[in-house]
Amino acid sequence: MRLDIVITGVGGQGNVLASRILARAAMDYGLSVRTSEAIGMAQREGVVMSQVRMGSGSFGALIPNGQADILLGFELAETVRGLPKLKQGGVVVVNTETIFPVSVSLGLSQYDPDQLISYLQEQADGLKPVHATALARQAGTPKATNMVMLGALAGLNVLPFAAAHLKQVAMELIPTRLREINLKAFELGQQAVGGA
Amino acid sequence: MKKLLMGNEAIAYGALEAGVQVVTGYPGTPSSEIFTTLAGMAGERGFHAEWSVNEKVALEVAAGAAYAGARAMVTMKQVGLNVAADPLMTLAYIGVKGGLVLVVADDPGPHSSQNEQDTRKFAQFAKLPVLDPSTPQEAKDMTRAAFDISESLGLPVIIRPTTRTCHVCQDVEVDEKQMERPKPGGFQKDPGWVIFPSLAIKRHRWLNQQQDEMQKIFENSPFNKIHPGSRRSGIVTTGVAYNYVLEVIEQMQLDIPVLKIGTSYPLPVHSTLQFLDGIDRVLVIEEQEPVLEDQLIKMIWQHRRPLVLRGKYNRLVPREGELDVDKVKRAVAAFFEIDLPCKEEKKLPPLPVRPPVLCAGCPHRASFYAFKQAARGTDAVFTGDIGCYTLGNMAPLNAVDTCLCMGASITLGTGLQLVEPERRVVAFLGDSTFFHTGIPGLINAVHNGARLTVVVLDNRTTAMTGHQSHPGLTRNATGQRVEPLEIARLAEACGAGLVQVVDPLAYDEAVQAAREALEFQGVSVLVMRRECIALVKGQNPSRRIDREKCLDCGVCLEELGCPALFKGEEGPVIGTACTGCDLCKQICPAEAIVEGGEVQ
Ligand code: SF4
Ligand code: SF4
Repeated sequence: MRLDIVITGVGGQGNVLASRILARAAMDYGLSVRTSEAIGMAQREGVVMSQVRMGSGSFGALIPNGQADILLGFELAETVRGLPKLKQGGVVVVNTETIFPVSVSLGLSQYDPDQLISYLQEQADGLKPVHATALARQAGTPKATNMVMLGALAGLNVLPFAAAHLKQVAMELIPTRLREINLKAFELGQQAVGGA
Repeated sequence: MKKLLMGNEAIAYGALEAGVQVVTGYPGTPSSEIFTTLAGMAGERGFHAEWSVNEKVALEVAAGAAYAGARAMVTMKQVGLNVAADPLMTLAYIGVKGGLVLVVADDPGPHSSQNEQDTRKFAQFAKLPVLDPSTPQEAKDMTRAAFDISESLGLPVIIRPTTRTCHVCQDVEVDEKQMERPKPGGFQKDPGWVIFPSLAIKRHRWLNQQQDEMQKIFENSPFNKIHPGSRRSGIVTTGVAYNYVLEVIEQMQLDIPVLKIGTSYPLPVHSTLQFLDGIDRVLVIEEQEPVLEDQLIKMIWQHRRPLVLRGKYNRLVPREGELDVDKVKRAVAAFFEIDLPCKEEKKLPPLPVRPPVLCAGCPHRASFYAFKQAARGTDAVFTGDIGCYTLGNMAPLNAVDTCLCMGASITLGTGLQLVEPERRVVAFLGDSTFFHTGIPGLINAVHNGARLTVVVLDNRTTAMTGHQSHPGLTRNATGQRVEPLEIARLAEACGAGLVQVVDPLAYDEAVQAAREALEFQGVSVLVMRRECIALVKGQNPSRRIDREKCLDCGVCLEELGCPALFKGEEGPVIGTACTGCDLCKQICPAEAIVEGGEVQ
């Protein structure tokens, strides 16, 4: 068994934590894991891509193009940017939220959400759109977007372990005072894909 | 026990297992977490850990400890080794008593560095052994082994992980126990510690002899492995490239022999020749410079092997940037003359460019903006330095005209000013950078009668690399309370004629102070002091824009480049990323930006 997951987003959205949670959950099942994360300059509101590989024969941490089983997109445009990593027929969970970079406000580049959504619908058969940031707000803070996304992923039953296990590992890695909000966020994510 | 560890954490565990007694370093991506992990354990485990002011200092402190017989480790990034080059080159002649391990993290890509230099070249230059880990697990094992190698050779050993080892997590087998180390024997006086030219001649001969010793040690190293295969064409590889090679030969189902070298300098002769015995054609795959390849070419020539060797010199393997499975696959396919099915690249719709920018509420934005206002209408040059604030070069601030290396803002500015004495020069550098190499430049500017303004962007931390301590703060790396050094008083002591401290977020005062600094006829220093927003986030509520008052002039959007501000249907909107710094509020001509409320 091998499962390759790509997480894309914008610096500051908590995708390092998300990839660690997935890796820890896999480790508990005796699967060997590799993750690769963007740390440093790339994080500051820039494009970030994390990669998680679990299972046998996961040699390096970098997933080759066209080989990821799952693309977890924390932001709309970044999901599209990450699409070349996905294999034919792979699963895409996309947060429909947009984060406009400064270059757009300054008129130096363009961002057309409708065009991007329809492109995703054309290209990815297994597309699961989730209003993750809105659900996170509902749970108590937009910062819990990553938890909604993990919840949605767990709800799809494509991981080699149970949703409840991922939830438990996530809660272990989150500071006590934030647990309740994050738990709610995770569950809202699960429900959004009809998974719990 | 298995733990999920980042490569850098794994290296820290390796040092711990080896019983490290002194750890020093200067932060730099991708190396910083090695030290941070160790600093967190220093108190409880009873070893010394310090963030030094720069890499030269870090290496010298560690060398002193190793002279006295302790096991010491130094951490830095590749460009940091340039700063430490001076002691390193001679330390190779002098040697060490206790194990001394330098971990120098390379950043092919580069992801957050000013160049892609290959530390293995430096190791060769200094004639020191270098280990090249491919995974976090191996990085841990190599670190542990490096201390023994260092002690048996009496020489520093370099470990050179790259970004995809440093910032990769793996399930790593760790031994929580710390090796019991005897108390260091202490420094023994001996002429051998004093590098006179006469000693240098003797030691140079010794160092050259040690090259053979190194090779012998590496002949049987567990870090060099052979994957058998039946073909008479094979691959030699090292570091992270090894992972990509394995994955490619699995994907392409190639039954070929692979020699994986973990000891990339010096290359062990016998075991390598043995591998080459079985093959006629060899492809060398390594990241960055052709370090293995050069050694192999020499070896093949010296031993008259009729081998075909391919690699970087044939442009089969790229010499710039990071490798990955796809790039390695292309090289392997070309070497074995296998046609790859050409997949048509899906054309993506237009996507917004998203470069990293200064955070919402970053005090540097206010500092740059104040100077832009104060220098408006002049052709002032803004020299920059290394840190988050290098991002001040982005539109719309465009406030960083040069960036070379740590501390060069002041010195480059001084040089510019020699040629164009009438032109105003403003040199920006951070607080940690000021301590690193800013001070000598400042002294030099004063002594040589320069006229320039030095701006210390004092955000009370070393922000870019993850908020490490420096001598201006009240706590050191292990959390002990220490007396902070005042940058303003240091600047006065260096002889700056005008020194002021200002809060960059007090807009009017900041612009006023900037004007005075610019008008000053000698060296002026303005310390712009305000905490990094990441340290104090969440203390102020978001601001919002009062639609009734807003003129939709766009000043707030177009001048500052704050990522919390964006274009809405009916004028600018402030998003949830706002930290309430009030910079935009102070420049809005209509007083339309108000407190309270989260509007989006
Ligand atoms: S107050 Fe203005 S400048 Fe400061 S973070 Fe908020 S939107 Fe940005
Ligand atoms: S600067 Fe003030 S008036 Fe101008 S667009 Fe911004 S909020 Fe509106």
